[in-house]
Amino acid sequence: MDNIAFGLIVAITLGSALMVVISQQLLYSAIALLFTLFGVAGLYIFMWADFMAGVQIVIYIGGILVLLIFGIMLTNKISSVNISHTSLQRRVGAVITLGVLGFLIPMITKTSWLQISSEEPAQTADSIGRLLMMEYLLPFEVASLLLLGALIGAAMLSRNTN
Amino acid sequence: MIVDRLIEWFPTSAAWPGITFIVAVILCAVPVFLFIAVYALVAIYGELKISSFIQDKVGPMGQGVGLHAWRWGLLQPVADALKLILKEDIIPSSADKKLFILAPFIVFIGAFIAFSALPFSQTLIIADMNIGIFYILAVSSLGVIGIILAGWSSNNKWSLYGAMRSAAQIVSYEIPAALSIVAVIMLTSTMSMQGIIQYQSGLIWGFLPNWLLFNNPFTFLAFFIFFISGVAECNRTPFDIPEAESELVAGAFTEYSGMRYAFFFLSEYANMFVVSGVAASAFMGGWQSPIPGMLDTPGWGLFWFMSKSMFLIFMMIWFRWTFPRLRVDQLMDVCWKGFIPISLVNIFGVGIWHLIVG
Repeated sequence: MDNIAFGLIVAITLGSALMVVISQQLLYSAIALLFTLFGVAGLYIFMWADFMAGVQIVIYIGGILVLLIFGIMLTNKISSVNISHTSLQRRVGAVITLGVLGFLIPMITKTSWLQISSEEPAQTADSIGRLLMMEYLLPFEVASLLLLGALIGAAMLSRNTN
Repeated sequence: MIVDRLIEWFPTSAAWPGITFIVAVILCAVPVFLFIAVYALVAIYGELKISSFIQDKVGPMGQGVGLHAWRWGLLQPVADALKLILKEDIIPSSADKKLFILAPFIVFIGAFIAFSALPFSQTLIIADMNIGIFYILAVSSLGVIGIILAGWSSNNKWSLYGAMRSAAQIVSYEIPAALSIVAVIMLTSTMSMQGIIQYQSGLIWGFLPNWLLFNNPFTFLAFFIFFISGVAECNRTPFDIPEAESELVAGAFTEYSGMRYAFFFLSEYANMFVVSGVAASAFMGGWQSPIPGMLDTPGWGLFWFMSKSMFLIFMMIWFRWTFPRLRVDQLMDVCWKGFIPISLVNIFGVGIWHLIVG
C-alpha cells in the first residue's frame, strides 16, 4: 500500500505548499496551507506516529490555521475581496534560495537516515505519555507554564480597560 | 478492521498493494456515504415529525402523485431531497467562486472521515485505530474551516457574521468536549474506540451496566458536558447563533442553494451522528447490551449502537424544539466560565477516584 499512497500524499503536500508560495491571494494561501498541513499529518502516519498526526491536525489545522484565517478576515474590510500579496526582490530571493538548496542537498544525501521498522508498534500514544509524564516532566511543565503566561497576556491585552 | 480485512481478501495484494489499498478504502467509503444519506433522510423525517408533535401539530401527512394522503408523510424527506437536487445552483456574481465551491466539501469531509473510526458493532468498524477517539475529535475540527470559507466567500455580511460566530463557537466548545473525553481516556487507558467499549463490559454497583455514564460521578458529569458541547459543535439550537434565522437569514449558508446547501445540511446531520456515536461509545457502552450477557452478538451490537445513537439524536431534536436560542455572550459564558472549569475539576476528580476506588 505504501508507494502509491505515499506518492499521493507527498504530491498533495508539495503541490499545496507550492500553492501557498505562488498564490497571489492571502486567503488562497491559507487554504492551500490546509492541504499542506493535512499532508504532513499523512507523512507522520507513514512513520507510525499516529498520535503525532492527530496532534498535527488538532493544533495546526484546528487551532493555528483557523486563527490565521480569522486574522486575515478581521484585518481586511469585509467588502474588499482582493487581499493580495505579491513577491518582491525576486532575484535576491532566487540567489538566497539556491544557496539554501546548496546546503540542503548535501545534507539530505549525507545524513544516515533512520530506517522505519515495517512492524506496526503496539502502542504509540502510550510511550509518548510515559516519556512526557516521567522522563521529560520538567520541560513539559515549563512549556505549559509558558503557554499559560501567553494566555494570561492575551487576556490582559484584549481586556476592556475601562 | 474492515479495511484490513478487505486488503487481506484481495488475491492481487502482493502484486499491486497500492491499488488494493485504494480499492479497499473506496469500498469502505461508498457504503458510509450511502449510510449518511439514508440516515439523513430518516433524521430529517424525525425532525419534521417530532417538531410537529412538540408544537401540537401533525406534521407532513402526504406527498406525491398517487401517494397523496398516504400515511404519515413518509416520503416528505425524499421530496425534500429531490427538490434540493433539482434546484438551480446559484453562485453570487460577487462571490469568490473557487472558495464558494470548495467550502461545502470541506465541511462535509470533516464529518465524513470521522465515520471511519466509529464502531458500529464488535466487527463493524472501518479502522480500529490506536488513537480512534482522538482522531474523531481531530478531524471534526476541520468543519470550522469550511464554514469560515463559506461565510467569507459568499461576500455577504450576514454570511460573514454567521461564519465568525460559528468559528468562535466551535473552537470554544471543542475544549470542554475534548477535556471530558480526557476523563474517559484516563479510566480506560486506551484511545481505541473498541478498547473504550470493551472497558465498559459487565456490571457496576451490582445492577447497572458498567457504562462510564454510571461508573462514577465525574464521568456522569463528563457525559453531559460532552453531549452539550457536541450539540454546540453541530451548531444546533440552543446553540444555533451562527445560523440564527431570525437575525442572520441563514448565517454562513445564506447564499447557498441546491446541492451545495444540501451538503451543508447533510454534514450537519452527519456531525450529529458522529457526536451521538462518540457519546454512545464513550459513555453508554457503544455496542454493549444494556443487560450484560443478553443479546450481545455482533448483529445485536449494531442494533444497540444504533438505538443509543438514535436516542441521543432524538435528544438533540428535542432540545431544538424546546429551548430558546442563547445570546452570544451567554454562549461564551457557558463555555468558558462553566464547562471548562467543571471539566478541569472532572479530570482531577477522575484521577482521585481512579487512585482510591481503582
